[in-house]
Amino acid sequence: MAARRGILARIRKAQGRDGEEPTAAELAAVREAIARHEVGPQPPFAHAPDRLAQFRKECDRLGTTHATVSSLAEVPAEVARYLAAGALAPAVAGWGEFAGLDWAGAGIGYRNRPADANDATGLTGCFCAIAETGTLLLLSSPAAPKLNALLPETHVCVVRAARILDTMEEAFALMRSEAGEPPRATFFVSGPSRTADIEQTIVIGAHGPYRVHAVIVP
Amino acid sequence: MFFKQRASEKLGDELLQGNMRKAKGKFVDGRAKAVAEFGVWEEVRAHAAKVRDRALANLDAYLVEFEANATRRGAVVHWAETAEEACAIVAGIARDNGVRKAAKSKSMVSEEVNLNEALEAAGVEVIETDLGEYILQLAHEPPSHIVAPAVHKSKEQVAELFVKAHGKPRLTEIPAMTREAREALRGHFLSADMGISGSNFVIAETGTTLTVTNEGNADMVTTLPRIHVVITGIEKVIGTLEDFATLIRLLPRSAIGQTVTNYLTLTTGPKMPDEADGPEQMHIVLVDAGRTKLLGGPMQEMLRCIRCGACMNHCPVYQNVGGHAYGWVYPGPMGSILTPVYVGLENAGDLPNAATFCGECAVACPVKIPLPDLMRKLREQQFDRKLRPWPERMAIAAWGFAATRPALYAFLSRVGARVAAWMGGSDGLIHRLPGLDGWTKGRDMPAPQGRTFRELYALRQGNRR
Ligand code: SF4
Repeated sequence: MAARRGILARIRKAQGRDGEEPTAAELAAVREAIARHEVGPQPPFAHAPDRLAQFRKECDRLGTTHATVSSLAEVPAEVARYLAAGALAPAVAGWGEFAGLDWAGAGIGYRNRPADANDATGLTGCFCAIAETGTLLLLSSPAAPKLNALLPETHVCVVRAARILDTMEEAFALMRSEAGEPPRATFFVSGPSRTADIEQTIVIGAHGPYRVHAVIVP
Repeated sequence: MFFKQRASEKLGDELLQGNMRKAKGKFVDGRAKAVAEFGVWEEVRAHAAKVRDRALANLDAYLVEFEANATRRGAVVHWAETAEEACAIVAGIARDNGVRKAAKSKSMVSEEVNLNEALEAAGVEVIETDLGEYILQLAHEPPSHIVAPAVHKSKEQVAELFVKAHGKPRLTEIPAMTREAREALRGHFLSADMGISGSNFVIAETGTTLTVTNEGNADMVTTLPRIHVVITGIEKVIGTLEDFATLIRLLPRSAIGQTVTNYLTLTTGPKMPDEADGPEQMHIVLVDAGRTKLLGGPMQEMLRCIRCGACMNHCPVYQNVGGHAYGWVYPGPMGSILTPVYVGLENAGDLPNAATFCGECAVACPVKIPLPDLMRKLREQQFDRKLRPWPERMAIAAWGFAATRPALYAFLSRVGARVAAWMGGSDGLIHRLPGLDGWTKGRDMPAPQGRTFRELYALRQGNRR
């Protein structure tokens, strides 16, 4: 605790404020500034007239593949098509939210559980998506483990079209209204993992997935 | 060894020169393209500087607010005045929890305080998991760039290190090398007891820390081990999630021209009951280690730094000598300011002078830090505190004497220009300067041609009349 006292006192002395700790009035002023949640200027393309097109364009740029289906019930067939096209095994470790779909009918083994190191494909939903950057936003919870989006070499994510927003600021506002506060992990995924650490050459597939596929449903 | 000696060594290292040339174009062109596409760069830059200044102006209150919210969410907040204290705190957490292995994602603050050494001394095996940092750990070298730590290494050099470390056949292609490292590191993620990360910002509103990566290693580190330790500087605090949204539009664009990094992860507290993943304990270590010395004066602006690396990518000195020449963890223009302040001006030698004052760094800096002005202030302090060598101080004093006496200055420059022109001989180049042979060893100096500026100016004014 001596360190805390020392640091705070040094800050105050350097900036010409008396005392060793912030006063109640100073803290109240900080909270007030925070509560304004001032939004800064945003690039023009963040509010594209065709939001879905902007989302798809940014996904393409990041290497996130995407497909659009006409109902949630069609997701298993789309996942089967995607896995077969990539010569990937027809098995996924997925969230409970999607366990009730007809996976067996599409020839896919569905494991309703958090992914482990041996799963080749993980399936998740998302809290929302962000068109400005082609980003999927996942909020962690007991029903939404992050591992399914992280450990497997392939990550398939179900995105509801109505939950595609323009910007990160809008996503934060929605999170405040629906969840109150950020959960333990607020996870923004923008394409497959990559590195450019050797000779600044981009290589897809560093520690996270090699492939990210978004299935857009109404 | 000081910057000057190290720099001339690096200038003679042809392999390094080649590696640095390859990197330069990718960083500079990538950023230029991203900025051009963005449309409102200057507006967002100004707002970013403002939100950083807002928190820095009341740093103590923002930190206390952050601490309150992080604690409420179940994290343990620690404060460290010095590098030694920071290391002792993390080593203590490791000891109390019987930690044998720690997996680390990239953290410049941990480099700053020498955390790896301290943990190893406490019997903890430390594994760097960012690919660049992993390569350097194998090579037993410090990073040479804050964003791309192994920028000075070629793929052949990396292949060599991997053969030794992994005991597998030599690889020639970068994707294969990356996969081999992925496989080597996967086991460490799953078996580590402690994950250590930095935090690009900490958010007061929510008590949140965060990581920004492309590889996904930070997500492994913050999700898999049972203990998560965040080590970061006290200046990293910002107010809101919206402030983060502004800053994160600038950071990857400035760093490498990316619109967004593959992963951005906000981490708030340890795992909840019933959650399948996440650490049981979360510790946050807030480190001062010199930062408060920058507060309250002209240098406070330096604390806005978001560690994007744009200033070094655009610096002609850095581009030629690389990061190791700067002698400490922070290279390039930002390092030329932070190193003297953190380790003491008297220990930083030539660093404030490792610049051509071309101004590119200030143009590139996403939070508008006037880097050349701050370097000039440090030079002045060096001069005032008599920290420069006496011949240099004498020369500056003599120049100052002449420059404030116009007639004397005109006379001396006229004579000097004639003498230098004569020394230049038939090819107009001076190959040796008596007393300044350090300068002419690696290059020739073009000899002045014809008359002095003032003579020409007077002539033109005369003609016009
Ligand atoms: S000083 Fe500016 S340009 Fe340099 S690393 Fe910091 S934020 Fe980036």
